[in-house]
Amino acid sequence: MKSGVSSWRTRLLPPLLAIVFALLLSAIALIISGADPLQAYGTMVGQLFKGSTAVDTVNLGCVYYLSGLAVAIGFQMNLFNIGVEGQYRFAAVVAAIIGGALQLPPVLHTIVILLVAIVSGALYATIPAVLKVTRGVSEVISTIMLNSIVAGIIAFLVNADQFGVQTGNNVGTRQIAPSGRIPGIPIGSGTLFGFVFIAIVIGAAYWFMLNRTRFGFELKASGESSTAASAGGVSAKKMTLIAMLLSGAVAGLVAMPELLGRDYSYGITATQMYGFTGIAVALLGRNHPGGIAFGALLWAFLDTSAVSLEQINVSKEIATIMQGIIVLSVVVAYEIVRRADLAAEQRRVGRALAGNGRKGSSVAEGGAV
Amino acid sequence: MSATEAEAPDRGTPAVQLTGITKRFPGVVANSDVNLTVTAGEVHALCGENGAGKSTLMKILYGMQQPDEGAIEINGTEVRLRNPQDAIRTGIGMVHQHFMLADNLTVAENVFLGAEGLHGIGRAARSRLAKLAEQSGLHAKPDTLLEELGVADRQRVEIVKVLYRGAKIIILDEPTAVLVPQEVDALFDTIRGMKADGYTFLFISHKLDEVRAIADTVTVIRRGTTVGTADPKSITSHELAEMMVGSELPSPQTRESTVTDREVLRVRELRLSAEGSERNVLDDISFTVRAGEVLGIAGVEGNGQTELVETIMGMRKASGGHLELAEADGKARDLVRLGTLARREAGIGYIAEDRTRHSLLLTQPLWVNRILGYQTRKPVSGGQLLDIAGARKDTERIVREYDVRTPGIDVPAAALSGGNQQKLIVGRELSGNPVLLIASHPTRGVDVGAQALIWEQIRQARADGLAVLLISADLDELIGLSDTIRVMLRGRLVSEANPATVTPQELGSAMTGAAGEGEEVQ
Repeated sequence: MKSGVSSWRTRLLPPLLAIVFALLLSAIALIISGADPLQAYGTMVGQLFKGSTAVDTVNLGCVYYLSGLAVAIGFQMNLFNIGVEGQYRFAAVVAAIIGGALQLPPVLHTIVILLVAIVSGALYATIPAVLKVTRGVSEVISTIMLNSIVAGIIAFLVNADQFGVQTGNNVGTRQIAPSGRIPGIPIGSGTLFGFVFIAIVIGAAYWFMLNRTRFGFELKASGESSTAASAGGVSAKKMTLIAMLLSGAVAGLVAMPELLGRDYSYGITATQMYGFTGIAVALLGRNHPGGIAFGALLWAFLDTSAVSLEQINVSKEIATIMQGIIVLSVVVAYEIVRRADLAAEQRRVGRALAGNGRKGSSVAEGGAV
Repeated sequence: MSATEAEAPDRGTPAVQLTGITKRFPGVVANSDVNLTVTAGEVHALCGENGAGKSTLMKILYGMQQPDEGAIEINGTEVRLRNPQDAIRTGIGMVHQHFMLADNLTVAENVFLGAEGLHGIGRAARSRLAKLAEQSGLHAKPDTLLEELGVADRQRVEIVKVLYRGAKIIILDEPTAVLVPQEVDALFDTIRGMKADGYTFLFISHKLDEVRAIADTVTVIRRGTTVGTADPKSITSHELAEMMVGSELPSPQTRESTVTDREVLRVRELRLSAEGSERNVLDDISFTVRAGEVLGIAGVEGNGQTELVETIMGMRKASGGHLELAEADGKARDLVRLGTLARREAGIGYIAEDRTRHSLLLTQPLWVNRILGYQTRKPVSGGQLLDIAGARKDTERIVREYDVRTPGIDVPAAALSGGNQQKLIVGRELSGNPVLLIASHPTRGVDVGAQALIWEQIRQARADGLAVLLISADLDELIGLSDTIRVMLRGRLVSEANPATVTPQELGSAMTGAAGEGEEVQ
């Protein structure tokens, strides 16, 4: 089917073009800095097969994937949830504190921690959601502010006077007992997070929700045209509220792979910025669960293998440059391909009609039956 | 009309000559090999279905788009129009269908805006303005704020604007679409007067009677190409329309009455106040629509029709009054507390006045558009889960039964022409056994073929016992389809008319309030 082909082209061509373009531009940057691009790229790819890089890539990709999904849910209805960053960190610290304080049987303990994380993430997203729905406050502004507030909340909560535990130079939450952890799968020198499988399930659920449920339809409809959605009986305010809460709920899980699979405690030194990476990953994956997975893995690969560049005396920042160029070019490439496709589609419809020139008359006659 | 024959200027060199214009445009219909000759000092009408390519052609002539092939000659010299400024320099002016005026400026300021270089903004400019205002019948004072003017006066301001910029050839894009019959007559008088002063007009319209009343020559455009030029004095409207569609013509006449006494929609004392003010946008609206009845609401746009429809649909919250819908089983249901979706589920089909804003998800395929508004009902949904196969199958049925011309149901809605989009919407809103159809300008911007089909579908549904609330600016459509007509003025239903006897002129008077409130229009 023709439209099938074209929709595949719409989906796959832009990211491929963008990656090729990014490789070319980065090559120029490498040449300017006096390095051999081929050698640099070779080293990065080669690194994938050394040590635990491949497993680390998938693990980090899992985190990015969750963050990308959280952002994508907002994107579906034109909500720019920059606040994934704040929501996941808030959820992480609350879940770590409660998880560390509880003594529960295995599995149940884990489920409770995950539920706490989901609820906390959604709770932190409630603030911008309510502000947006009742007062029309832009979610971009409110979530940026909440992002910076969360640093203070974490610093306060993990303080030894509150729920924190001083370990050496670091302050963090109490360790979560083994009953609350998610076991990993040892592969080579690394350990694959068990959470990877949960992330896959969440991705599938996201796809199902979006494409098969009434809720997903209403979400997409309000995102595409709030006026058409409201005439179709979809309340834009309700959808905004739900989408924001759902986005926050998924954001709440972002830190869980590392918390339950590696760190078991959340401290002020825990890695940040996953929420912002999620925005790039969602853009890269075009809000499609498969696309986001690809984007997350690519991003994680660039992050983990960049270290190897220092072996050949190339600055590892070149990976950051590549990430930036990829996002920019993906956005541009999608727009170009989308327009070209719509034009092609309209031409095709036009041709189909021109071919049926005679049909015009039969319509009017048929209309007067 | 004899005045029009007076001193026609030199008819030697054509004012505008388009030869072989071809525009490959990412749209449904492009221009291909268009030829058009407009003699100086004439009113030349350009007729065609919507989407036939009239607008594209005029945009090319006004420099907004460049043709891929072909030549444009103005007064005998070939020109290249790269932008509207080029067109204005060669003496072409365009009065757009949607006015391009600033409400918060005065008439004079609107005219001078952007053309300060011609005569400044002082005395010279004002005397020029006064002269042009007289010529074009603009009676508003130059210092009146634009927001205080009515539609007809705004249109005059637009005309003065293009004259002020030195236009000798004036394109009028569907100038009568926004006017009531009396205003149309006044406009035509002005056009005739200006024609005598040597101006040339290109008059775009698909209202054939008007074309015959005003034009000296008419060129018909169909499927992107010019199919012929005719003398409107010697050709009948019917023949002209047949040139446009190339087929037998539809008429909106409903034949025998199918009105029953079963009341379907009861509206009592409905009120809606404007946001943040005490003013009532809808005031004390009461009416009943019965099964098998088409109730037409006439009115100049902006008198509350849009708000009435959106209040009945639950998209606006009424500030008072009662709304009751009798469902198929005869049980009356209070609508006031229900949301839009619940009202739809209770059996209201809704054809919105602006289909791209309210009825379609433009980038989504047709079958996804089938679900909109029906996301909780069979056959496209099983409640919380969508039934994709059911939606696709039912979309195919609509495409077949309503003759939506499309290569398939996977194309995005935006790729379809207006008429085909509307047929899809009508098909969708008539599925699911509605008891009431709210049709707001159902054939606006739709070609004649689609119009016939839509009228026929509405008539058929009415015969099957559907109650229809019809809002339209097309008085012929309103008179032809309705069983009862109510006139709406400033948020109130002011009079009632019998479609069997009323003429568009009488209806026009009632719409402007000339006929006195509360009277029966005869």
